[in-house]
Amino acid sequence: MLNFVFVLIFLALILSGFRFFKGPSSSDRVVALDTLTTIISVLLVTSSLFFDNYILLDISFVFAALSFTSVIVISRYLEGGNS
Amino acid sequence: MILLTTLGYIMIILGSLFLLLGALGIVRMPDLYNRIQAGTKATTLGALSSIIGVGLVNPNWFFKTLIIAIFIVLTNPIGSHSIARSSYKSGLKPELQSEIDEYKPENIQDERSDLR
Amino acid sequence: MNFKRFITTLIIYFIFWLAYTTSLAANEIIMGIILSTLLSVFTYKSFSQKNPENNIVVRIINLIKYIPVFIIEMVKANLDVARRVINPSLPINPGIIKISTDLKSDYAKLFLANSITLTPGTLTLDVKDNNLFIHWIDIESTDKDIQKNLISGKFEDLLGGIF
Repeated sequence: MLNFVFVLIFLALILSGFRFFKGPSSSDRVVALDTLTTIISVLLVTSSLFFDNYILLDISFVFAALSFTSVIVISRYLEGGNS
Repeated sequence: MILLTTLGYIMIILGSLFLLLGALGIVRMPDLYNRIQAGTKATTLGALSSIIGVGLVNPNWFFKTLIIAIFIVLTNPIGSHSIARSSYKSGLKPELQSEIDEYKPENIQDERSDLR
Repeated sequence: MNFKRFITTLIIYFIFWLAYTTSLAANEIIMGIILSTLLSVFTYKSFSQKNPENNIVVRIINLIKYIPVFIIEMVKANLDVARRVINPSLPINPGIIKISTDLKSDYAKLFLANSITLTPGTLTLDVKDNNLFIHWIDIESTDKDIQKNLISGKFEDLLGGIF
């Protein structure tokens, strides 16, 4: 059952990775990065069910928090300006 | 019990289908802002559904997964909002078929004043 | 007044701690009390609001009413995205519009912007004073009142009750 879910998630990772490497502008890459990190958090949570190990849930929570921060920081950087 | 497990697996599969849909949207949509729309909506619901599904399959983790899901639902739109705003301000013009744009740069005088 | 805000923040943090650890062991609870006290000393000013209009019970009832509305809109939004993404001809007609809101507090505006981003076909670009700038994937109408009704009508009253 979960193997099927992993196949779907890996397909999603490949598609957004395609946009990440192709993306014409850097904003496109950041959007793809945002999607990639959300998908990876879900992958971590489902892996915690697969390996029956609750540590992966904590890792997923920290990963989600860090990826949110990184997306905000990168987009503030792209905005440019004088502050 | 068996009902909860079945419901949980259904939610995980539906959620990962929505994740796949969001990734497909990011590849197919023609310009950045439409990509952000498809990506954010589909991945947020996908993440919510599959993470709570994991919590239903293993009820010991339910509250923990609920908190992770709430966190993702709260932060994901803020991230996309920030990307959209920064790329508009850095000069990436959207392709607007309807040609309605009420957010032209000449309407924006005091940049970033709302963040201080 | 300040003390009330402090205690509310502490209780909310502690509930989150309990839900996250999901255990009632003594050491976990002591650690939770210490951490949530420390955190609320530093953050209660930005976490809680100065003078909310309603009392806490009404606000929680409004929050509970708000959640199903939000989830139904989110599922609709995803079916909409699915329809557009799978359709080979990509039926989109995007534009950026401005709508005004009656909400006063910053938290209410934040939640309104988030809800608008997650509902069908709309993405909040920026919030300035009382105006929200919205990228709409399919402009259905150019009339301000109809736009406002379609985009934020469902959320405004409930959010005004929460914050």
